[in-house]
Amino acid sequence: MAQTETKAGRFTARGPKGRPAGRVALTGNEAVALAMRQIEPDVVAAYPITPQTDIVQYFSSFVADGRVATEFVTVESEHSAMSATVGAAAAGARAMTATSANGLALMWEVLYIAAGSRLPIVMPVVNRALSAPINIHCDHSDAMGARDSAWIQLWSEDAQEAYDNVIQAVRIAEHPDVHLPVMVCLDGFIISHALMNLEVLPDEVVKDFVGSYRPDSSLLDPERPITVGPLDLYDFYFEHKRQQAEAMRAAAPVIREVAEDYETVSGRRYGDFDAYRLEDAHTAVVVLGSAAGTARFVVDELRRDGRRVGLLKPRVFRPFPGLELADALAGLDAVAVLDRSDSFSTMGGPLFAETRAALYQRAVGRANRKDSGPSSGSGPGNGRPLPITVNFIYGLGGRDIDPGDMRAVFSRLARVVETGDTGDVVNYLGVRE
Amino acid sequence: MVREGAGWRDIPRGGLILSPGNAARYVTGDWRTFRPTWHPERCIQCFLCWVYCPDAAIEVKDGKVAGVDYKHCKGCGICATECPDKAHALTMERDEGERGVEV
Amino acid sequence: MADIVEVRWHGRGGQGAKTAALLLAEAASEAGLHVQGFPEYGPERMGAPVLAFNRFSDEPITLHSHVAEPSVVAVLDPTLIRDQGVVAGIKDGGALVVNTPVPPGDMRRRLGLEARKDLRVATVDASVIALRTIGQAIPNTPMMGAVIKVTGLLEFDQFIEVTEKLLAQKFKGRRELVAGNLEAIKAAYGEVDEG
Repeated sequence: MAQTETKAGRFTARGPKGRPAGRVALTGNEAVALAMRQIEPDVVAAYPITPQTDIVQYFSSFVADGRVATEFVTVESEHSAMSATVGAAAAGARAMTATSANGLALMWEVLYIAAGSRLPIVMPVVNRALSAPINIHCDHSDAMGARDSAWIQLWSEDAQEAYDNVIQAVRIAEHPDVHLPVMVCLDGFIISHALMNLEVLPDEVVKDFVGSYRPDSSLLDPERPITVGPLDLYDFYFEHKRQQAEAMRAAAPVIREVAEDYETVSGRRYGDFDAYRLEDAHTAVVVLGSAAGTARFVVDELRRDGRRVGLLKPRVFRPFPGLELADALAGLDAVAVLDRSDSFSTMGGPLFAETRAALYQRAVGRANRKDSGPSSGSGPGNGRPLPITVNFIYGLGGRDIDPGDMRAVFSRLARVVETGDTGDVVNYLGVRE
Repeated sequence: MVREGAGWRDIPRGGLILSPGNAARYVTGDWRTFRPTWHPERCIQCFLCWVYCPDAAIEVKDGKVAGVDYKHCKGCGICATECPDKAHALTMERDEGERGVEV
Repeated sequence: MADIVEVRWHGRGGQGAKTAALLLAEAASEAGLHVQGFPEYGPERMGAPVLAFNRFSDEPITLHSHVAEPSVVAVLDPTLIRDQGVVAGIKDGGALVVNTPVPPGDMRRRLGLEARKDLRVATVDASVIALRTIGQAIPNTPMMGAVIKVTGLLEFDQFIEVTEKLLAQKFKGRRELVAGNLEAIKAAYGEVDEG
């Protein structure tokens, strides 16, 4: 390997063939479209919207070029996209779509129909701000608004994780204990339109991993006719919602099991969340998506200066791995939760609300019933005081969050610890006063 | 078929109905206050009653209208209205004193 | 942690700043580096000022913010130097590569960088090279050649080898376009002037 000394920096030149096998450079949207091609669902019904457009464009060209046998349904709106996907899934097809922002909002009522009918649809959501004012850039308001629709939500830091999440989502959605739709979230433009390295799997490995879908019932089975989506009044509706809650609970171990299987084929390990340099940290940030990568960079930088800082990045937001997350955060002095959307509750963003609720549940120690996941009394942070938590709303409408912003968050946490004064609990990071 | 009062663990996922045609098992004949009477001697076998009956309660045997399924007939009278005036093969009468199912 | 080299491309809508950033990233990735290439998306209008960015490193890159302190700035349209943005945040010891027939010394003065001896200023007449080799005044590929020369980011032969492959994919067998762009890259690599 030749060393190339440049004035701009030092590189190890590996030569044109020096690229590790499977490593490619793709945009986030290309990576998602590639995963969809490898999964080769029976039906894709989709409507283009910025910044998801490339996914639909690339996938429709795979269909046109005969690279997949997928039935591609062009529709007149996202409401129809999700409706057609629901119809296809009810008919027993492996069905996918993809959307962003206002498109997701237009799907609203059908999101609930997909989840309530227990259809294992997989949908990449390229996160973008909701109007008004109109804005096409990254923001988590779209998916956060859908957080209570009983869709599983997986969040992605980069193109690699988006690719890996889409493949795993198929197995999670279709698992007999789960049978719920899955959203795979990736940051609009920052990830969807940025070219970056990732390692992709050979087509046959993905095909083997997802396997073939054999639904236990289907609208297209004349031998065993069924009705999907009947009227369900106060006599049974509540029981069906209780089933959904149970399916979401059952999803947690399934997500872990699928991640373990995925590690055996990919070598990449995914948990419910990534606890980065958290073991001996005094302060940490909790953040979803691409900003976690920037936080990771700053954590490394501050660690070199001897600062004991860490990062917790949730990958699974629904179901929310609250008690495990609270265990991981217990014992820290102060934690900043970063939200790329506001709930307008005046009590902070959605990730903050969930994180605080989990910490409270852990603190009151009433979470040790079998249906509440791991006991709050046995976690690694048991007996340790809970951290002070503050919230930062950041990056709305694509406002950049850079290492300087992250350093400011860690400085604020250091001050909170030093003075014991929390100050404002809900803060706006990077907004002009 | 789903048992009345079944708990959430014992019912099909997502409200799926896995037993087709189970409406036949739901007896609605005792909702009736007027009952249609079919007069076979006047029936011209036009099948309009069969077409219009919203409860599929016109019985057909060997390709011919053969009477009314009183287990499911709710007594709406559509059959009598649709029966051609000239034929007048379906007439409505009060179901007094015998509410319930005539088998 | 390995160094991250950050590049900021200034262009106008239609000049291919985004394509240059993505193509350079792909080429560097093929050569084994960890890369990022991304544009700044605004209202996309022909002729409006646009930015695109690159990051290169020996190690995986987790940063996902805009490039605020580039070590290399590539300017695809000389009229953009009126905007102070082209020199904003440029790192000590960094380099500017400008598409212009103006010699580097004059360009340094026009940029107001006489006092910044640490910064290197290079110029290349990329639009004229593009006209000569490709037949269109789209300066992005020759500017890639100039950036490679000034930064030494990749060995030139290696860069040409992978770029030829990428251009062949991009232009789907339109050989005259592949040949023209490669010639433009080579010409700019040879002609870029650091004064």
